This record gives sequence, structure tokens and C-alpha cells, in this order.
Amino acid sequence: MNSGDTAFVLVSAALVMMMTPGLSLFYGGMVRNKNVLGTIMQGFIIVGVITFEWVLFGYSMSFGTDHAGIIGGLNWIGLKGVGMVPNPNYGPTIPLLAFMIFQCMFAIITPALISGAFAERMKFSAFLVFTVSWAILVYNPLCHWVWGVGGWINRMGALDFAGGTVVHISSGVSALAAAVVIGKRLGYGTTAYRPHNLPMTVTGAALLWFGWFGFNAGSALACSGLAVNAFVVTHIASAVAALSWVFLEWLHRGKPTTLGAASGAVAGLVAITPGSGFVGPMSAVLIGIIGGALCYGGVLLKTRLGYDDSLDVVGIHGLGGIWGAVSTGLFASREINVSGANGLFFGNPSQLGIQFVAVLVTIVYAFSLSYLLLKIIDKLIGLRVSKQDEISGLDLSQHDETAYIF
Amino acid sequence: MKKIEAIIKPFKLDDVKEGLTNLGVHGLTVSEVKGFGRQRGHKEVYRGAEYQIDFVPKIKIEVVMPTSLVPDAIKVIQERAHTGEIGDGKIFVLPLEEAVRIRTGESGDDAL
Repeated sequence: MNSGDTAFVLVSAALVMMMTPGLSLFYGGMVRNKNVLGTIMQGFIIVGVITFEWVLFGYSMSFGTDHAGIIGGLNWIGLKGVGMVPNPNYGPTIPLLAFMIFQCMFAIITPALISGAFAERMKFSAFLVFTVSWAILVYNPLCHWVWGVGGWINRMGALDFAGGTVVHISSGVSALAAAVVIGKRLGYGTTAYRPHNLPMTVTGAALLWFGWFGFNAGSALACSGLAVNAFVVTHIASAVAALSWVFLEWLHRGKPTTLGAASGAVAGLVAITPGSGFVGPMSAVLIGIIGGALCYGGVLLKTRLGYDDSLDVVGIHGLGGIWGAVSTGLFASREINVSGANGLFFGNPSQLGIQFVAVLVTIVYAFSLSYLLLKIIDKLIGLRVSKQDEISGLDLSQHDETAYIF
Repeated sequence: MKKIEAIIKPFKLDDVKEGLTNLGVHGLTVSEVKGFGRQRGHKEVYRGAEYQIDFVPKIKIEVVMPTSLVPDAIKVIQERAHTGEIGDGKIFVLPLEEAVRIRTGESGDDAL
């Protein structure tokens, strides 16, 4: 065991924990003031719910002894046998318990990301049922396939350093399913859904950016050169993606916006996530520039296609995640990470094919299961608040609270 | 006694207040309101989606005065709230039946 590595992973886990409340602020500022507490509550309560699920059996389903490449066994149920001793597969220099809590934070933020798609209209009870069942049926298996030793996508050689497929594509396409199943908000097309507090959104974006250093650099599971590389490329991609989004909208709509700067930064963070442990700084520049522009196009697409993905989870996490996974297949280099692989631009076109398969599998699996889950929950208890509750807002109708008293 | 209701641009409030005070008006009530006239609204753009915002923030002044002061008061408001651009606002003059000062029970012009 190495104390430096352990300290680094623990601090990284704390940073990733903060991303979920940060995401709540990012989302909370974008909704109308009658829904800000409902939105923040969804992110906050997920920290509780998923932690509980994770320590009971989620962690074991994801990382326990492999069964046919499909799912982890129940050998680590209730964290039995997960302790101070390192595991050679999951951070050989840190206690397995440190790896467990670091991964717990990833399991928390992923379903929280989806909540932006059904913002301002989902029943809190239905939201809880969806979150827990989604974690069990979508996140845990996918996490095992990609990161679990013996997982079938992992064995195939797909590269996903910090969660392009597991976190961002899975949440992004599940968000699309959610937007389709739950339907548009009342007043769609006639009401101006103006963000009620953009300073809150920018604060949230800043916390996400800060926390993302733990997310990506921490995924090295050691305080190593690789962690430094992940840290640096993460920062670069976020910075240039903020620029590319803002300049593109400036050209397209005539003004650079703060919401654009915050959104672009997040788009860059999403795009670099899977490649952060495999690509170098100049590759990160390209990944960020293209990521910011692509996600700006992605958010414009929803009005064309007519689904109400309220806070653009599909456009930013779905599209940004797909670009991240694909670009890893283009820019990965063994000079950055010997245990990785080379991408297309470094003489290995087959890696791109593997990345495509991983992307496709994630899209199909997460979308269809989320769609099914939401349909079932809708039949059983109803996904959506009543019309009257939607008009009065989630804060009052779901929580008996008001955010702002003047 | 008359009541004047004036809708003006928010940044003109201090000018108008000063003008009315100089005239001898002893008090006025102000509210932040929204509305539209010929100015219509403005556009706002969030993540590329454009919204037309119809209701523009304005200030509504309500002030009650003896009838003799009314012509000067209208002049002062019109001069001081004026920018010459569309959206400067409007002045309405209403008849008023009675006014009572709650503390003393005085009524009519004495209550103002």
C-alpha cells in the first residue's frame, strides 16, 4: 500500500462527491424559480440513495467476481471482504475500500445527470423508483462490462479511462428515453422557459470543472504521471470547449452568453473523460474544440426533433460522451499510457472499431432498458406530476417548500 | 384632489422623485411592474433558443395631490422621465374621492 496514492484517491473521491451537488446548482439555475428546490433535491437525495444501494450490493454487482463477462458476483455484498488490503486489479497500491468509495461517487453522479432531461415535471416518488432500478439494471451491469475484470467490453479492449460510455453515454441516451416517455413540459412552444438564476448555474459549472480533476485524474488510481496527464488534458479540453461554444454561438446568434461558456466547459469535460488517460495535450485541444462545437449543435437539434430534454442532457452528455469515446479511438497513444492502446492517428485503426462497438452497445442497452423501465414505472405509479402540481411547481407540490421568500 | 399614476423607465425614478418633491409633493408610492406598450419586449437567447420577452420591467409611481398641483406635476414627470426613445412610459390622471391620514384622522387635502 502506498500512502501518497491512497491520499490522492481519497481526495479525488471527495472531489467527485462534490460534483453531484455542483450539478444540482448547474441544473437548478436553469429551471424556473418554482422548481429549483425540486431540481436540487433530486441531485442531493441521489447521494443518499445510491450510496445505500452501492454499499449493499451495487459495488459487488459492478466489481465482484465476474460471471460470463456479464455481471459481478455477490461475493462483495455488504462490502464483505472489502477492506484495507489492496486488490491487484483495482488499484494495487490503495486499499480496496478506497477504490470502492471512489467508484461510489461515479455511481452517484451518473443517474443525477439524467435528471436534467425530465426536470420540472417528474414525481419525486417515481424519480426515486427510477433512480434505484436504473442503477441496478443499467449502471451496475454496464460498469461491470467496461471496468470490471472479465467484463466483456473490457476484454474486447475498449478504452474508457473515466466514464465516457459508463457515465456519459449511458446517462445521455437514458435522458433521451426519459424525455420521450415523460413528454414535454406544459406550455412547450409557447412558454419561455427562462433560466431563473444563471449565476447559480455558472457556480455549479465551476464546481463541476473543479471536481472533474478528481474524476479524471483520480481514475489513474495512483498519484502518478498518468494522473498528471489526465489532470492537464481535462483542463485543456474544458477551456477550449468553452471557447469554441461561445465563439460559435456568437457567430450563430450574435451574442456570447454566460450560459454558453458554462455549457461549453462542461461539454469539454465530458468529451475528454474517456480519453483523459490515453491522449496527450494537443489531442485534448482538438477533442475540446470539436466537443464544444458538436454539443452546441446537439442542443439546437432538440427543437428540430421536438423532444423536451429540458436541460440538454442528450446534447451535452450523450453527444459529448459519444464524441469522447470515438475520439479516444482516434487520439489514444501508448506513449501516454503503455497499458492502453494506439488510436487511428497513431497507426491502429482497429481501436476505432472497438470504440464504435462499445458506443453502440452502450446506446442500445441504456436506451432500451431506460425506455422499458420508465414505461413500467409510468404504468405502475405514474411518472408525471398532475397538471395542477406542474403549474404550481415541484417545490411546493412535491416538497411543501418555497426557495425564495421576499 | 387627483391621483397621478405614471409608468416610467426604472432608471428615471430618482429624477422624477426629485422633481415632484421640489414641487411640494409630500409622498409617493412606487412599485416594480412589468408591461408592454409600443416598445414591445426584447429577445433573450438561451443555448441557441430564442425567447421573445413581451413584458418589460417598468416603475409605476402613484401620487396623490391637490388639483392645483396637477398641471405642474404632469409637466415635471413628462420632462424628467423623457429620453425621446420609444418606451418612455405614460402618465394617467384619475379623480379621487377622499384621502384620510390614519394616524390623525385628517381628511381631504390636509391628509396629503
